[in-house]
Amino acid sequence: MLTLKDFKGQKPAWCPGCGNFSILRAFNEAMVELELAPHEIIIVSGIGQAGKFPHYTRCNTFNGLHGRTLPVATGIKLSNHQLKVFAIAGDGDCYGEGGNHLLHTIRRNPDFKLLVHNNQIYGLTKGQASPTTLRGVLTKTQPFGVMSEPLNPLALAVALDCSFVARGFAGEVTHLKWLIKEAVKHKGFALIDILQPCVSFNKVNTYQWYQKRVYQLDDSYNPEDRKLAFQKALEWGDKIPLGIIYRINRPTLEEQIPVLKKEPLVKQKPKIEKIKDLLNNFY
Amino acid sequence: MDYSIKIGGEAGQGIQTIGDALAHIFTRAGFYVFSHQDYESRIRGGHNFYQIRISDRPITASRNRVHILVALDRESIFLHERELVEEGQVLYDSSLLRERFEKENFLDLPLLKLALEFGGDKIMVNTVAIGAIIGMLGMDPEIMFELIKKTFIKKGIDLVEANLKAAKAGYELARKECLRCSFRLSEFTEPKMLISGNEAIGLGAIASGVKFYSAYPMTPSTGIFNFIAEQAKDFDIVVEQAEDEISAINMIIGASFAGVRAMTGTSGGGFALMVEGLSLAGMTETPIVVALAQRPGPATGLPTRTEAADLLFALYAGHGEFPKILFAPGNPEQAFYLTNKAFDLAEKFQVPAIILTDQYLADSQWSYQSFDLTKLKYVDYRLRGDSLKNLSGYKRHAFTDTGVSPLGIPGDSSHLIITDSDEHDEEGHLIEDAEIRVKMVQKRLFQKIPLLKKEIEPPTLYGEKKPDLLLICWGSLYGIVKEVVDELSKDFKVAMLHFSEIFPFSEEVSWVNLIKEAKIVINIEQNATSQFAKLLQLETGVRIKKHINRFDGRPFTVDELKERVNYAYLERF
Ligand SMILES: Cc1ncc(C[n+]2csc(CCOP(=O)(O)OP(=O)(O)O)c2C)c(N)n1
Ligand code: SF4
Ligand SMILES: [Mg+2]
Repeated sequence: MLTLKDFKGQKPAWCPGCGNFSILRAFNEAMVELELAPHEIIIVSGIGQAGKFPHYTRCNTFNGLHGRTLPVATGIKLSNHQLKVFAIAGDGDCYGEGGNHLLHTIRRNPDFKLLVHNNQIYGLTKGQASPTTLRGVLTKTQPFGVMSEPLNPLALAVALDCSFVARGFAGEVTHLKWLIKEAVKHKGFALIDILQPCVSFNKVNTYQWYQKRVYQLDDSYNPEDRKLAFQKALEWGDKIPLGIIYRINRPTLEEQIPVLKKEPLVKQKPKIEKIKDLLNNFY
Repeated sequence: MDYSIKIGGEAGQGIQTIGDALAHIFTRAGFYVFSHQDYESRIRGGHNFYQIRISDRPITASRNRVHILVALDRESIFLHERELVEEGQVLYDSSLLRERFEKENFLDLPLLKLALEFGGDKIMVNTVAIGAIIGMLGMDPEIMFELIKKTFIKKGIDLVEANLKAAKAGYELARKECLRCSFRLSEFTEPKMLISGNEAIGLGAIASGVKFYSAYPMTPSTGIFNFIAEQAKDFDIVVEQAEDEISAINMIIGASFAGVRAMTGTSGGGFALMVEGLSLAGMTETPIVVALAQRPGPATGLPTRTEAADLLFALYAGHGEFPKILFAPGNPEQAFYLTNKAFDLAEKFQVPAIILTDQYLADSQWSYQSFDLTKLKYVDYRLRGDSLKNLSGYKRHAFTDTGVSPLGIPGDSSHLIITDSDEHDEEGHLIEDAEIRVKMVQKRLFQKIPLLKKEIEPPTLYGEKKPDLLLICWGSLYGIVKEVVDELSKDFKVAMLHFSEIFPFSEEVSWVNLIKEAKIVINIEQNATSQFAKLLQLETGVRIKKHINRFDGRPFTVDELKERVNYAYLERF
């Protein structure tokens, strides 16, 4: 029997009160409830406060470059599709530096789960605007306030027909845990955008700010309806929906690759002895 | 026997089809073949050519003198007629060129008319031309007929018949009309294999057990991608076209971390995007192999042409300090074995390895008796299954006597495989501790490099053992300089010192004396600034004063280089 103790990692270096702590708890509890042991899972993370996440739980870990979680996770998944693969990134990491990878990973639909710790700010580099920072917010590097429209990751994902699109909130741990479990049970690429208060650098989108606005989607909402999902994804302001916004079954990348039908790539011995036949093609 | 055939025309006219078919016919006849191509960055129009040289002894470069010029456009005549030898012939079709040339050595054959009449389609023009060339050479057409059957059988018997008829028509008319053709071919012998630089790298990768290849298309590296993709099904390889080169290198790093041999290929611009990823492979000690097929830069440069000006860029690519391996094969045979060695050393020492080629080597085709497969090495250095399970403790980046830590596979045991692009401890967790940092640098860099150097072969000496005139070169210049040495050896005590295992330098350094003792040393490079000579000076302290450089995007030719070496030699007096 797994317990939370099995997931006790290094001592977190996050600020007291940071939203990341609750995400960590939700994740660990989800793993215990899903009975996924540390060695069966792998977290690929980027650089940022969110990027440190895998060190604070216990799992196989590839803590790579800023912005590059998704290609690394894709390479891992294609090489060993029996591993439960998670990608964990910040909003700057995934929507800014690595934005292009997000578009194409959604298109490919590999069966791994992306958790974006969206604090609407660059935490680790001390408070510059991220792609999701609201217009008008003043920072040291946006002296006249943010002038660009914030990116809407959920609408973007629905537009690309992402197979699982959800929003969680660090302030609602049980709900977040449920979302993570649903994402794992779902076959295909999943994006969970997690509203994560940054107590040190985001003085606009605080716990109170989110708490006043968020509400959980109930059973009457049908996430299979793409038009409706698009509408929900666009909802942002006085009311912010939490839950599974969109879910659809699409063939995954790995199940479409004939080579992977037999067993994971990593289990397949190279057919070096067949090189003779190949050499003969050159005559 | 030593003949050269040049096929010139616009892009899209089928120069490649004709050239490839001829090259294969000749190697099947047992001739030695060398072919290279010169093309523009466009799909239609412009002027391109394909040159094939055939001989009864091994050849390693193209020559300037042409025996048969096949002109599919008028430009070919204006540009290349002067390359013809005395008995040289031009094959053309006045209806296609809309011009007649009243010259004795111009053979005007109605290729298009024959194509329509015998093949039933104007596309058969290429087949008619192939038949005509074989006819002009006075070669037994049987091999050509066999090749046509083999090539078209997949597309149906009708197409085979039509092509056979078209080839026969071209062949017979050329036999009848080319009264001045006086070529004498050698007897057929054992068929040879024909292989390009790109194919040799692909073959070498597959022979080394590559399981994952991800890349973003970029000339002249795309041939490797094509080759591996074509074999993906038979060899159980996953190929994935990435959205950009940053993704490509990160994907292969992920794949390698998960436990399979992984590779990418690109050219200078794409490699520039991969640089951060290369450093990631260095920090996380993840074995990867990158093929860098150079073309002239900066920026987009001359996309379809050749240059070798990314040597120092590749050498220094990646921020921070970490070891890497740099190979620059001189021909497809070396490309094959060095790709194998790159995979082996990358995994043995857990470092990135780069294979440097260029457009000239990537696209040129060479013929060989065979490759010796017993020379290949395959050792699986990863810890998998029971060998990992049975360990009592496991640390991905453990300090060891060799600096090489155990390379475990995630998911194969209850041991956790952890790594980080941040500086990390033995387990792989990020740290800031100064003492551990220093120990990690020592492990990654200082411990591994001496071991790596032991694996590196010294440069190849060709020609005189104690030369007066020493020609230094690296990478794809091998074949051209080798022929220059052959020709100059009548007049000089001359040798070539060719470097293919570029970095790190070999532990064995007796070859440095050759440079010190030769009367005159000339460094030859396909770039403007003699980058290799700079590296040589850095590593050995030896400074070379005489340089021959070419950087117009075209490869050196033997004849031109011979003259420049002669000139450089005379300058001394
Ligand atoms: C290529 C590169 N550029 C910039 C950085 C510096 N950097 C590290 S984290 C970060 C942004 C962090 O913001 P986010 O991804 O939202 O993560 P958070 O810290 O907010 O969790 C930046 C710009 C880097 N490490 N690498
Ligand atoms: S800076 Fe913000 S995101 Fe980073 S640890 Fe502190 S509170 Fe959390
Ligand atoms: Mg952030």
